[in-house]
Amino acid sequence: MSETPIIRFENVTKYYDAETTVLTDINFELERGKFYTLLGPSGCGKTTILRLIAGFMQPSGGNIYFNGKLINNVPANERQVNTVFQDYALFPHLNVFENVAFGLRIKKLGKQEIQEKVLEALKFVNLSGYENREIAEMSGGQRQRVAIARAIVNDPEIILLDEPLSALDLKLRSEMQYELRELQQRLGKTFIFVTHDQEEALAMSDEIFVLNAGNIEQSGTPMDIYDEPINRFVADFIGESNIVSGTMVADFRVRIGGKEFECVDQGLNPNENIDIVIRPEDLEITTVEKGKMKVKVDTQLFRGVHYELSTYDDEGNEWLVHSTKKAEVGAFIGLDFDPEAIHVMRLNETEEEFDKRLESYGEDAYAN
Amino acid sequence: MQTKNTKTFYLIPYFAWILLFVIAPIALIAYYSLFDLSGNFTLDNYKNFFTSIYLKLTLSSFWYAFLITFFSLIVAYPTAYLLTKTKHKQLWLLLIIIPSWINLLLKTYAFIGIFGLYGPINAFLNVFGFGETQILFTDFSFIFVSVYIFIPFMILPIFNALDKLNPSLIDASRDLGASSWTTFTKVIFPLTTNGVKAGIQAVFIPSLSLFMITRLIAGNKVITLGTAIEQQFLVTQNWGMGSTIAVFLIIFMVIVMIITGQREKGATSNGKN
Repeated sequence: MSETPIIRFENVTKYYDAETTVLTDINFELERGKFYTLLGPSGCGKTTILRLIAGFMQPSGGNIYFNGKLINNVPANERQVNTVFQDYALFPHLNVFENVAFGLRIKKLGKQEIQEKVLEALKFVNLSGYENREIAEMSGGQRQRVAIARAIVNDPEIILLDEPLSALDLKLRSEMQYELRELQQRLGKTFIFVTHDQEEALAMSDEIFVLNAGNIEQSGTPMDIYDEPINRFVADFIGESNIVSGTMVADFRVRIGGKEFECVDQGLNPNENIDIVIRPEDLEITTVEKGKMKVKVDTQLFRGVHYELSTYDDEGNEWLVHSTKKAEVGAFIGLDFDPEAIHVMRLNETEEEFDKRLESYGEDAYAN
Repeated sequence: MQTKNTKTFYLIPYFAWILLFVIAPIALIAYYSLFDLSGNFTLDNYKNFFTSIYLKLTLSSFWYAFLITFFSLIVAYPTAYLLTKTKHKQLWLLLIIIPSWINLLLKTYAFIGIFGLYGPINAFLNVFGFGETQILFTDFSFIFVSVYIFIPFMILPIFNALDKLNPSLIDASRDLGASSWTTFTKVIFPLTTNGVKAGIQAVFIPSLSLFMITRLIAGNKVITLGTAIEQQFLVTQNWGMGSTIAVFLIIFMVIVMIITGQREKGATSNGKN
């Protein structure tokens, strides 16, 4: 990366008092014009990172750089960053036009210019003709758009979005996912999106940061994170997964329970204890004879696109299976899977070590 | 039908109260205002009210009520704002409210002692070489004590309005480039005007009819509509004129309530959306 990152966190920590640490040593760099997502359960520190970038909080330690300039002590109103708040935080005493114009009026732009920019921003979010409406008259989805218009009208370098879709119903939410993604590409601005919804994160982001308890567990493209989770937490948090303990017998051989399977991982210590992830959609239902594993079907749910089967093997491990094929509850079935379906996770591996290990496998292992 | 009957039953105390203590007294005041000293029906009382003496009295009443409200507001708003920022805000609020539970007369007497010629204020001023100063029976002492008495009623509604204000609105304002001061004038104050209005109502209206403080602290130098009514009834025994002033006082109060009672847009959502 030759270009200066638009945001750089350097050993950033945040704590309120000795007992409550929110962030422990956060380091990352963000490139201009990308869609980033901070993903994690509530209380993981994702909103704190956003508030640090917005300037509503100061870090307890470490440095935050914006375009290479230290901004630790720059107040929120002097940062070229605008936020779309979780509850939208629209001003109830102002109408739609005045809400969007708020930032421009503070910059003391001319009347004509404000008029033009506000109408343009409202057009951008498909709210033309709504400028004289009161906020109370707008629906949740419309308020969301007003909040976005109010942020983009100021032409900030970065737009921060704090779980902006969480208050919307499912259908509207998936619509807004498309719209936000499209908006980001049209504007070419850096978006930092905070969510606890992994589907949202996978659908929209260029890069995802998975956070847990004040730490970045893993960062990467949605596919990297989904296909190669670094540890149990990430595997569990992103998508449905079957996580079991196992042993690395040798390169390309893992043992789960009593059985050995072929895999694509190498370079681990012989007989090292590991966690293994197999995604439910990578498991295929077959006959007991043909299957690599024999399991008993416990429950079966129809999920629309697929059936979700909860099955148990002889050792009592649960295996979740997503299949378009139906099975019979109580029956024994065989499960088949490719060697690539097995993802091996070393215990307590850091992100650096993890990346190095994956690189050492070379390209051929990922041909499929 | 059962529920309808019980509903009517529960409404009886309410209507009885309204009839006995609201409608009847107002009707009586209106009735008495139509008679002169010797008991003859007349409209002269109303004519007299529009003479210079009573108009001046009304004006001075309004002026003092305005001053009391104004000083209460400029002390109460920053106080309420600071209170919402403190850690144990309910406790601090309670400490401000507690004095209002003490009898008004007792507090007023206490100020006679404090402001008196041999009181602690004069003793303090003496240290700096000021001679004995007459503090009691001045406009200053009257307004000071009145503000002291009324201030909890100004703080409380403003505190509630500020406390209900969605903090992310303040973040949003800062985020959009507003300084702290602009945030105050463009977001915080406009969204708490309802609290301010309620506070003005709670202070201005009772200030119009103050009479006990005017007598004890201002030594009857300040004459308000309240003192005028008292004197008409107890000194001059002119119930007709006293009632007439009371009728006007009620009219003024209604006007003040209408002016300060308008609901701002967005007020129903308590500053949140």
